[in-house]
Amino acid sequence: MTIPQLSIFIENRSGTLIKVLELIKQSHIQMIACTIADTAEYGIFRIICSEPDRAYTELKAAGVAVALSEVFALELDNQPGGAADVVRIFSDASIGITYMYAFLYKGNGILVFRTDQDQEAREVISANGLHYLTAEDLA
Amino acid sequence: MSREQMRELQGKRLHKIVEYVYHNVPFYRNKLQEMDLTPEDITTIDDIVKLPFTTKKDLRDNYPFGLQAAPNSEIIRIHASSGTTGNPTIVGYTRKDIGVWTECMARSLTAFGAGRDDIFSVAYGYGLFTGGLGAHNGVEKIGAAVVPASTGNTEKHARLIRDLGITCIACTPSYALYLAETMEKMGITKDQIQLRVGAFGAEPWTEGMRQEIQQRLGLKGFNIYGLSEIMGPSVSYECDAQHGSHINEDHFFPEIIDPATLEPLPYGQKGELVFTTLTKEGMPLLRYRTRDLCSLMDGPCECGRTNIRMSAIEGRSDDMLIIRGINVFPSQVESVVLTMEEIAPRYMLIVDRVNNLDTLMVQVELRQEYFNATMDTPAAIDELSKKLAAKLKSVLSIAAKVQLKAPGTIERSQGKSTRVIDNRKLK
Repeated sequence: MTIPQLSIFIENRSGTLIKVLELIKQSHIQMIACTIADTAEYGIFRIICSEPDRAYTELKAAGVAVALSEVFALELDNQPGGAADVVRIFSDASIGITYMYAFLYKGNGILVFRTDQDQEAREVISANGLHYLTAEDLA
Repeated sequence: MSREQMRELQGKRLHKIVEYVYHNVPFYRNKLQEMDLTPEDITTIDDIVKLPFTTKKDLRDNYPFGLQAAPNSEIIRIHASSGTTGNPTIVGYTRKDIGVWTECMARSLTAFGAGRDDIFSVAYGYGLFTGGLGAHNGVEKIGAAVVPASTGNTEKHARLIRDLGITCIACTPSYALYLAETMEKMGITKDQIQLRVGAFGAEPWTEGMRQEIQQRLGLKGFNIYGLSEIMGPSVSYECDAQHGSHINEDHFFPEIIDPATLEPLPYGQKGELVFTTLTKEGMPLLRYRTRDLCSLMDGPCECGRTNIRMSAIEGRSDDMLIIRGINVFPSQVESVVLTMEEIAPRYMLIVDRVNNLDTLMVQVELRQEYFNATMDTPAAIDELSKKLAAKLKSVLSIAAKVQLKAPGTIERSQGKSTRVIDNRKLK
């Protein structure tokens, strides 16, 4: 019900982002989506990509502070209010969203998010018949 | 040797060295004459307090050979200390000096448990720095096989440690950590190597750093202390008891003074360490102020040695930072950093002055293996910074800003590390 995501600790100064991107390029790994949670001094660079396990191993070997985690990726209706309708379901179930971002996949809007209540989130997704992406979809 | 015999020997040697510099170094003759002293006034070791001090500035002002006592024809080696400000310090050694140094180094290595069956890698820099050649001579003297690895090319060195079954290593403690890190990256594990003794010195280090090096390299780490002005490494060394470093006091007489009043302090009290070379021919120094802060311990050691011991260096009277009126030693920061497993044992202190207020920033490196899925939000990272900041505040008594850096971004030192950037002086 989830997809793998890479999180990378990068310093907020010039040259750090390109270093990570070059490593990904050299490994011939394709990024599908990314976002940066930035602060004044550092950022958490989150990536959805092809071959996340290999990307993780190769970045780790290059000395990068990288973590592999699982995030939810729900398909949205491609119309105004699509995101609100999905988030409303979680809000009504009192499930907090830690962070969220979105990307387009095969023409569909995909909402990626992390929550502190994974089990409850899974139940809500099943109960409401929400469409989600799995690792196989991205492979 | 009993304490009385030692003091008698030191007194005789002190008289001789004062007489020697009086007749051979105009700088000292002038100083003694200004103080109305002649060599005849110095007959026992207790008379040492009458003598003038020597400072690093005196060495710089008399650059390059002003304090040399022996004629050039007797000098067989010249070392130069790192000159970060002004002229480097030039030290010339006679053949006898090299012999004394080698003997002191051999005593140190023997105390560490090294002997003729060992393969001993010397990974201090070879060159003007006294570490490499000093340790080298000592290793040859005890009959072990010396591997003059020097610094640099750490991967090759790591392979040699594994393939030759190197048992002992001499280097700076920060280089030992760098070596451990390199080995881990190369996939060389602790059970593939046979290191058992580490002779670490040339920079102050803490007990926490010792534990870390011992754990990662699987050896026992011993402190070796020295400074090029006095001789080089082996002025003092730890024994198996590791309760202070024994000073080779038949050659280097130690005193502790209050750095502000210059008054001698009794055993056990912390102050600035001062050395007088009792047997040196090339460049003998009277009451040289090392700027290192520590205390002296008398009384017999568990190991049976009777020579006096010095505590670990707790800071330097000139490395000491005064931030908002509070004395801050980099070693205090190190002791805190080492308590946090999420952070690598490396740090930089950056001191600045903003709107007439001193600021302290401590840069540390996040450890790669501690960055995981639960750490991937700014909130989690900030919590780690706050935890470190709180610990620093309680130890330093002033607030420090913490900056977390990516793994591998704080410069690794292969010689003496520079851990402080004080931007206040530049303005």
